[in-house]
Parts: sequence; structure tokens; C-alpha cells
Amino acid sequence: MDALDVARWQFGVTTVYHFLFVPLTIGLSILVAILQTLWHRTGNERYLKLTKFYGKLFLINFAMGVVTGIVQEFQFGMNWSDYSRFVGDIFGAPLAIEALVAFFLESTFIGLWIFGWDRLPKRLHLASIWAAAIGTNLSAYFILAANSFMQNPVGYRINPDTGRAELTDFLAVLTNKVALITFPHTLAGSFLVAGSLVVTVGLWHVMRNRDSADTGAYRFATKFGAWTVMVSTALVLVTGDIQGKIMTQVQPMKMAAAEGLYTTESPASFSVLTIGSLDGSREVFAIKIPYLLSYLGTGDPEGTVHGINDLQAQYASQYGAGSYTPIIPVTYWSFRFMIGFGLAAAAIALLVLWAQRKGRTPTSRWLLRAGLVLPVLPLLANSFGWIFTEMGRQPWIVFGEMLTRDGVSRSVSLTEVLTSFTAFTLIYATLAVIEFKLLVRYAKAGVPDLTPDPEPDDTDDDAERPLAFAY
Amino acid sequence: MELTTIWFLLVAVLFTGYFILEGFDFGVGMLLPVLGRDDRERRVLINTIGPVWDGNEVWLITAGGAMFAAFPEWYATLFSGFYLPLLLILLALIARGVAFEYRHKRPEASWKRRWDAAIFWGSLLPAILWGVAFANILRGVPLDADHEYVGGLLDLLHPYALLGGVTTAALFLTHGAVFIALKTTGEVRDRAGALAVKLGLVAAVAAVAFLTWTLNIRSSAAAVVLAIGAALALLGGLAAARARREGWAFTGTAVAIALAVATLFAALFPNVLPSTLDAAGTLTATNAASTPYTLKIMTWVAVVFTPIVLAYQGWTYWVFRKRIGVVNIPQH
Ligand code: HDD
Ligand code: HEM
Ligand code: HEM
Repeated sequence: MDALDVARWQFGVTTVYHFLFVPLTIGLSILVAILQTLWHRTGNERYLKLTKFYGKLFLINFAMGVVTGIVQEFQFGMNWSDYSRFVGDIFGAPLAIEALVAFFLESTFIGLWIFGWDRLPKRLHLASIWAAAIGTNLSAYFILAANSFMQNPVGYRINPDTGRAELTDFLAVLTNKVALITFPHTLAGSFLVAGSLVVTVGLWHVMRNRDSADTGAYRFATKFGAWTVMVSTALVLVTGDIQGKIMTQVQPMKMAAAEGLYTTESPASFSVLTIGSLDGSREVFAIKIPYLLSYLGTGDPEGTVHGINDLQAQYASQYGAGSYTPIIPVTYWSFRFMIGFGLAAAAIALLVLWAQRKGRTPTSRWLLRAGLVLPVLPLLANSFGWIFTEMGRQPWIVFGEMLTRDGVSRSVSLTEVLTSFTAFTLIYATLAVIEFKLLVRYAKAGVPDLTPDPEPDDTDDDAERPLAFAY
Repeated sequence: MELTTIWFLLVAVLFTGYFILEGFDFGVGMLLPVLGRDDRERRVLINTIGPVWDGNEVWLITAGGAMFAAFPEWYATLFSGFYLPLLLILLALIARGVAFEYRHKRPEASWKRRWDAAIFWGSLLPAILWGVAFANILRGVPLDADHEYVGGLLDLLHPYALLGGVTTAALFLTHGAVFIALKTTGEVRDRAGALAVKLGLVAAVAAVAFLTWTLNIRSSAAAVVLAIGAALALLGGLAAARARREGWAFTGTAVAIALAVATLFAALFPNVLPSTLDAAGTLTATNAASTPYTLKIMTWVAVVFTPIVLAYQGWTYWVFRKRIGVVNIPQH
């Protein structure tokens, strides 16, 4: 074990952890904004209750997203300083813009929304949640553009004197074709998570408190969440399909690794499941769909898909001796888990919709159990999606330009990285337990009773009445 | 003006904004056990910064992003070199950020006590460590010709750096006390006002000693003027605090922090991280910078968006301008 390995583990753990909260923030911010907008439009208090209820869950999650994000921002300098030096000219810009354009918007307006119920006129208050939600979604674009540069570097040149990458075309970085497709795919995956959580909580209350006055609200929420899941699934499929084709062009090795395809095939069949040795030498059991991989990768059922062995030979002659093959079992299984867990979530949401059709109340205990695990599935799908994307890029940190092992900080010792890795893991694990318990507690508590919100108070007297919201 | 100079200034402005804004919310966090005698009083204190602390922290994130974009060498060397102090800052910011949001989520006293501790330590540690970090930037650190940090943790802890830590902590405590006096009513306000004056005297002594020492290490005419300005602003703020002119007192401490940070950057320029070993290792605004093309794009973005950010953040402070007191704290 050396500092490089620990630094990689630390980056993987902290980033996957960050991304447990990110999709919920991205999706739920918009869903809560929609609920509040419904309240404005209809005046129906049911929507106000749901806004406050899901808003609370959103905020419990949001806090974690924020504090884990700060770590991300500095981690490049701490553990990946040679990487930062190499790409800083290009990579820093989207990060800085993300902070200036998106994080300020998001953090400021979230504060206004949380504390503004009795301070802002209704419309401005509604505008605040939209501003925060837009800021959140915008932030995803910039960070994904940065990440896409690592997958498919564009708009740069290598300065022969310094050996550094230099920006030549910023627009090209922002319109990287990988970024343009990664963004909708990630967003759709995020709405899958948010929709699932809305379903779970709604369904639980529908089935537990059948005759409460708020059952109507929960029924609506369950349906709203389930439709969100269905639409996101469709989008995830469409964008994922396009992504596969782009990936085959720009990172053919990743496609081959996703499939464990060792020899070039035309046409290539898609492996639904292969059991055997993944180094391609022995196959015990396999389910394959003929032509599908060719179609996924190239859009043509007869198209050629290159195999790992050919690509490895080609890269070795291009970049010098060495292994350019990612760890195949990781890419193979993470790709399948991404798709599998995502589709499983969609299937459960569909069952929920079916069980609630025409005003019915679901009764099946199995459905309730399935409903309770529902949000975990798209979270796993998202994590595996990232693990696939990032591990499939290995051994490169910037594809074709810099190896991961060359990006690590030289001045940071093994002890130091071990210290930070241990510290982050411990604090993250503790907080995970706390946050999960709080989410459950507040989800169970259900929608709030509405105390009439005082009229917006914009006078200057120091009135002696309680704030509508206080920490 | 050269683009690299503009970006040196912008990074300085971002850190100034960060220390003015997060400075008072660190102060409030550190004063939580001192000024908040019971749960309701502590809630008053926390709610003075509740709506704004996250927006304040984004100044740091933006400063970090700006360093990465404009001076990648600086970003890379500084944060890998100051590894453990930065780790502590990050852990502190994690604990404290979550604490604000989670503290009121359960009624048990033990639950609240733990989060109060997180807020206190989560504010105290960074308040000290930022001073330690900036003192080291000013003094210089051992860098080899590749700009790699070659020192250890102990190279960062010396009397000058510790004085820097005491100075920032004392300044933020004063600034926080003044802010509390400005934003609250009743007893909390009175206590904060009285405490501000005492803390301010300590801060003044520490700041004068630290800035003088700094100017002995490296200096420029501008830095001397700024340092004198900082001292005067702090004394003015203290006088106003004594006279219970809270708005002026806050202006005074804010300006003092701004000028103190400006002093440091003015003394540092054109270096960004001097080397105490090999002169070739010294990072300057020129040799640490990105290409002019990147800087130009970033300049445009900053010119357009910084005023917008300032406008809506300023507006937020206006929206939440009212004082709060224990009477305003809801039961649950
Ligand atoms: C802006 C850049 C960027 C972005 C947005 C992401 N990553 Fe990444 N990822 C990297 C930049 C990077 C990296 C710096 O390139 C790493 C560090 C070590 C490495 O090999 O690549 C990496 C590695 C890395 C690893 C470990 C791979 C290894 O150790 O070899 C995992 C599991 C992830 N990432 C997962 C994620 C997740 C879940 C993300 C979503 C938030 C994510 N990445 C976004
Ligand atoms: C590894 C690279 C990443 C870095 C450096 C990074 C940085 C940050 C930082 C500094 C914050 C805190 C902002 C605040 O205080 O409000 C944050 C939060 C956030 N980030 Fe990341 N992030 C990374 C990956 C991602 C990715 C890939 C996405 C989306 C696709 C993302 C989406 C978000 C969102 C939505 C938030 C809002 C807070 C929340 O999640 O609850 N981040 N990030
Ligand atoms: C069902 C739920 C799904 C979720 C939650 C999900 C989530 C993700 C995430 C978070 C990533 C990493 C970020 C990115 O590169 O966009 C990713 C990558 C990817 N996904 Fe999905 N995904 C899902 C389904 C699918 C499907 C059905 C396909 C293909 C038909 C697909 C194809 C891809 C590809 C090819 C990549 C890698 C892109 C690259 O590295 O260039 N995904 N997915």
C-alpha cells in the first residue's frame, strides 16, 4: 500500500459519499419548487403541507451535500497536486465559475427560503426556492464539464516548454460532447432518486394512516413521485444510449471493459450476464443478445466493436509499454448494477402506480417492503454509474494525457493520507447514521399542521412575535 | 494592469470577503457557550447567522476555485503543503455546518449539547488555523525548486504563526461580539456589547504585534499604510462599541479585518508563496499563474457575476435586518 492507493481510495470514498446527497438535492429542489408553485397556483393547502414536509427532508439532506462538497473543492490541491498543476489552466475555470455563478446563488437563496416564510412576499419566497434549485442544477453542469474534460480532453494544447495543458478554446470545453450528454444523464439519474424518495414516504403514509385527513396529500405525493421516476427512467435510457455511442468513439476501451469484450467483434452481442473467468479465457455460463452491443456502441447492428486485446496493443504502441486496461470485473459489474438497480426502481414505481390506480389503496405488505427499499436502488445505480465512469477511465486521470499515478501529490506522505482518509471515513460514517435517523424520524412524522403563516412582515419595528422559522 | 495582478487582487478580495463575513459567524460560534446562558439564548445567537452562514462560506469556496483557476501552482503547493492544518479546517467546517442544520431537529438536551460543542470547536479551530496558515504564507515555507513543499508539520508551527492564529481568533471573536450586539435585543445584546470592548482590547494588542512582526518580515509602503489603517479602524470600532453605537462598531471591526487582510496581501505581493530554501522555489503571481487566455475568460466572468452576487447577498442582509431576541424564538 502506498500513498497513491490511499489517495485513490480517499477520493473514491469521499466523492461517492458526496454523490449520495447530490442527486437528492438536484432532484428534490426542483420537486419542492414545483409543489410550492402548485400551492401558489391552486391555493390548495395540501400542496403547502407537502412543500413544507418534503422541504424539511430536502434540507436535512442538503446540509450533508454542502459540507461534503467543501472537501471536494480542496481535495484536488491536497492529494492531486501534480494533476492540479497539469490541468489547472483548464480545470480550475469551471470550478471557479461553479462557485461564483452557482454555489452563491444556491446557498444565498436557500437561506432566504428557509428563513423567509414570514419575511418575504409570497412570490419572492417562491422565486427563492426556484433560484436555489436552478443554482443547484447549474452547478452540476460546470463540474460535469470539468469531469468530461478528464474523459475526453478538448479545447487545449500541451505547452512543449512546461509540459502543461493549456486552454485554447473555453467554449469547446463547455460544449464537450461528453459533457452535453453526461449532464442530462446525471440529471435524469438524480430525479430518479428524488422521485423514489417522494414515493417511499408517500406510500408509507398512504398505507399506514388510511383515514387520516392528509391521506389525499400522500396519495398525490406518491403518484407525483412515481411519475417522476417513470419519466426519469425514460430519459436515463435515452441519454444512456447516446452516451454509450459517444463513449465508444472517445473511449473505446471503456466500452470494451463494460462488456468484458476481449476480441473485436462485428457484429457484437451484448452480454446480459457472463459467469466464468472475466479475463475472457473461459466462459461457464452466458446470456447474450446478438447484435445488441453493436447497436448500442455504434448505432448499427452490424457495427464493429473493438475488443480489449486489440485496444491494449494499440495503446501500448501509441503511449509506450504498460497496461491501459481498467479492472474488468469492476467495470463489467458496475455497468450492469447501474442499469439493473435503476430499472428495478422503475419497476417498483410502476407497481405502486398500478396499485393506486383509480383511487385504490394499496394493501400488499410486499409492496410496502419494496417501497421502503425503493430509494436505495437509484442511489446504488448512481454510485455504480460513477464508479463505472471513473474506473473505466483508468489508468488515466486525464484520458490519453496523464496517468492517475502521475497526478498524485508528491509531498504528501502515506501517514498524512492515511490520517485524512481515516478521519473522513469516521466523520462521514458517523454523520451518515445521524442523517439517516433524522430522515426517518421526519419522514415518519408526516406533513405538518399548518399554523397560518403570518402576513409578510416588512416593517422596521422590532415586533415581539415568534419567527416563522428558527434554528 | 497585468492580468496576473488583477487576479492577485481578486483572490485578495475573495479572502477579505470571506474573513469579514465568516469572521463574524466564527465569532458567534465561539461565543455560543459564553453569551448563550440557556438554550433559548443560544438559539438567538445561532439564528443571527442562520440565514447567511452558508452564503458566507461560499466566499471560501470561490476563493479556492479562483486560486485553482488563476494560480494552479499556488493552489497545488499550498494545499498539499499545508495538508494537516487544512484537513483540520475541513473537518471543523463539516461538523459546524451540519450542526447549524441539525441542532434543533431533536428536543433532547444531550443532543443539543453535542451540536453546540461542534459549533464551538468548528468555529474556534478554523479561526485559529487560518491565522496560522496566512502567517506561514507570509513568512514563507520550505519549497524545493519544483515548488514542492519539503517541510513537515512542525515547520508550520512557530511563534510568529501562533501569534497569527491568536490574532485571527481574537479579531473574529470581537467581530462576532459586535455583530451579536448589533443583531439582538435584551440581555444578550448588553452582554455582547460589554464583552466586545474587552475582547477588542486583546485583539488590538495581538493585531498590532502581529502586523508589526509581519512588516518586519516583508513590507511595502502600501502595507505599512494599510496596517496603520487597520489599527485605527479597530480602535474606532472599539470606541463605538463602548458608546453602544453598534452599527459603527461593526463597520469598524469589518474595516479593520479588511485592512488587516489587505496588509498581508500587500506585503506579500508579488509573491504568493515565498520559499525559505531555494529562491527558485518561490511562487509568484507570475510563475504560478494560468495562461493569459484563461485569465481573460475568468476576468469576464468575475466582472459580470461579482456585482450580481454582491447585490443579492447584500439584499439578503437587508431582508434579515431585524434584531432578534428570546421573545422571537418559537417554542419548537
Ligand atoms: C472534476 C473531477 C471529477 C468529478 C466531477 C468526479 N470525479 Fe471521480 N475521480 C476524479 C475526478 C472526478 C479523479 C481526480 O480523476 C480521480 C481521483 C483518482 C482517480 O483515479 O481519478 C477520480 C476517481 C474516482 C473514483 C476512484 C477511482 C480510483 O480510485 O481509481 C471513484 C469511485 C470516483 N471517482 C467516483 C466519482 C463520483 C461518484 C463522482 C461524482 C460526484 C465523481 N467521481 C466525480
Ligand atoms: C469531484 C468534484 C466535485 C467538487 C470539487 C464539488 C464541489 C462542491 C462544493 C464545494 C459544494 C458545496 C457548495 C455549498 O457550500 O453550497 C458542492 C455541493 C454540491 N455539489 Fe459537488 N462537487 C463535485 C462533484 C459533484 C458532481 C459531479 C455534481 C453533480 C453532478 C455535484 C453537485 C453538487 C450539488 C448539487 C451540490 C449542492 C449541495 C448538495 O449536494 O446538497 N458535485 N460540491
Ligand atoms: C437506470 C438508472 C441509471 C442511472 C441512475 C445512471 C447513472 C449514471 C451515472 C451517475 C453515471 C456517471 C455520470 C455520467 O457519466 O453521466 C452514468 C454513466 C453512464 N451511464 Fe448510466 N445510469 C442509468 C442507466 C443507464 C442506462 C440504461 C444506460 C445505457 C443504455 C446507461 C449508460 C451509461 C454510460 C454509457 C455511462 C458512462 C459514460 C462515460 O463514462 O462516458 N446508464 N450513469
